[in-house]
Amino acid sequence: MTSGAVRAPRAVSPAMRAAHRRENLAAYIFMAPSLLFFLGFVIFPMGMCLVTSFFNYTMTDFSWIGLANYVEMFQDAIFGKALVNTIVIVVVSVPVTCMFSLWVASLIYKMKDVHTSFFRCVFYLPVVTGSVAVTVVWKWIFNNYYGVLNYVCKNLGLITRNINWLGNPDYALGCIITILLTTSVGQPIVLYVSALSNVDHSLIEAASVDGATNMQVFWKIKWPQIMPTTLYILVITTINSFQCFALIQLLTSGGPNNSTQTIMYYIYYNAFKLSRYGYGSAMGIILAIIIALFSALQFKLAKTDNG
Amino acid sequence: MQATAEVRRRVKDTPDNTDHSVHQLTAYTVIGVIALIILALLFIFPLYWILTGSFKTQQAVNSAVPVWFPTGDTVTMRNYNELFNRPALTWLANTVFICAAAMGLTCIAASMGGYALAKKRFVGRAFLFSMFICAMALPKQVILIPLLKELAFLKLHNTLWAVILPTVGWPFGVFLMKQFSENVPGELLEAARIDGAGEARTFIEIVLPLIKPGIGALAIFTFITAWNDYFLQLIMLNDTRVLTISLGIAKLQTELSTDFGLIMAGAAAGSVPIIIIFLIFQKFFTRGITMGAVKG
Repeated sequence: MTSGAVRAPRAVSPAMRAAHRRENLAAYIFMAPSLLFFLGFVIFPMGMCLVTSFFNYTMTDFSWIGLANYVEMFQDAIFGKALVNTIVIVVVSVPVTCMFSLWVASLIYKMKDVHTSFFRCVFYLPVVTGSVAVTVVWKWIFNNYYGVLNYVCKNLGLITRNINWLGNPDYALGCIITILLTTSVGQPIVLYVSALSNVDHSLIEAASVDGATNMQVFWKIKWPQIMPTTLYILVITTINSFQCFALIQLLTSGGPNNSTQTIMYYIYYNAFKLSRYGYGSAMGIILAIIIALFSALQFKLAKTDNG
Repeated sequence: MQATAEVRRRVKDTPDNTDHSVHQLTAYTVIGVIALIILALLFIFPLYWILTGSFKTQQAVNSAVPVWFPTGDTVTMRNYNELFNRPALTWLANTVFICAAAMGLTCIAASMGGYALAKKRFVGRAFLFSMFICAMALPKQVILIPLLKELAFLKLHNTLWAVILPTVGWPFGVFLMKQFSENVPGELLEAARIDGAGEARTFIEIVLPLIKPGIGALAIFTFITAWNDYFLQLIMLNDTRVLTISLGIAKLQTELSTDFGLIMAGAAAGSVPIIIIFLIFQKFFTRGITMGAVKG
């Protein structure tokens, strides 16, 4: 009896092993196309990025220089400036995007379906319009002589003479952040509308029967339930803000006087204008590490916030 | 039938006893909605300015007092004539080719991969999945330098494939299709296996019809993302034959910095088609964004 029970699995096991092998084989055949593209065009270049960051890699040279690129980076004043600007952009735009989209979503999610999707579309428009089309029209709006912004501000009495918005170090970064905000709230609004509609309704009803105010209902019931969405929004907005590029390249090219220089633009400038591929790769690695740290920090904050 | 409707209506309007909070809500909502409408107008304005600007004469766009709407002698078709001589049609054709190819390949690769990740138990599954997730959190623009070298080595630099292939590699599609494939009932797959259906037949005849909405969402999402992926296009394409509409607009902007009418015509040609596509497939698109959110 006992020996039979021991033998039984052994008797099945070759068949099971064959089934396992078939399952594995089938799975990898299904995975093959996506895996091929993923390894070839994401993982391999990522590895190469790390490798080239240790080389002096230009049009004419390819030689091992160890950590020299990283050392140079921390002595590079423009890189420092770019880092500060990038962090300013992220620190301003991420919370503003998050709060603004939560506010819009909480207003529109209870409306009639037509109205909800109308507003959702309107706030998504700048994303669909595309970064280049959006950027060129803003360049015109901000223009010193022909821009509609100067005209409107003068007529409202806010300013007395035309301001060269993008050519002035005091305003340029603010202008960039404003445009960035209009192109980044679309997706968070969509996500928040769906998260708010999925909040457990019976809890809200129970709370209002118990006399909870709208504010209490929001913070005690809705906010914890939409926390995963908030976290996701924080992470994607952070990644997007760190990577803001088209705006910089087409509006200011990092100027005036590096006041709108960002890491992403500086990487582009070094790699594709100066052909310093190794130095650009090293900055890319640092940028990836900074983004990973920011995301980890947000996860940690959100977890403690949630108790 | 009428009775159910009546009950449903009454259920919807129940909070008679919380009259007070309803009034509070209205006051807040009215102010909120007014603010919302003003903001909505501000969000529409750039698009309005692109469209009207593209029909304005040079004099109208370069006047210190803005022409709010082009009429009479401020209207011109010159901008569009200029634009299509440049040749914007080639730019548009290139862009459509990139988007369509990226969309097709992504849908095929991602629906197969997503299905395997969701429904197959295989060696290395957890590892692969976490690799996909980690890669999504990384900035994809960081890898552009080695990517350019790789594609140059493959002799694909300055061809449209240099933009298509990396777009297909991006793991978001696999992730999204995994989310959709989770909902395919395991019993159905088991039943198909017992009936003697092979892997390929099970996938095509059972899984594909069930994940069709997901494929729709992924298709429209990939199309729009590829249309607007300016940075990738900028790095990979610099030959005039292979310019996309985004690169074309950027080129107009650098070459003739204050011919705003022509630049706006370019912006209109680059954005109106994709906006129309977005509006038509809006429902799919929204679902794609929502399902693609990594929870927790």
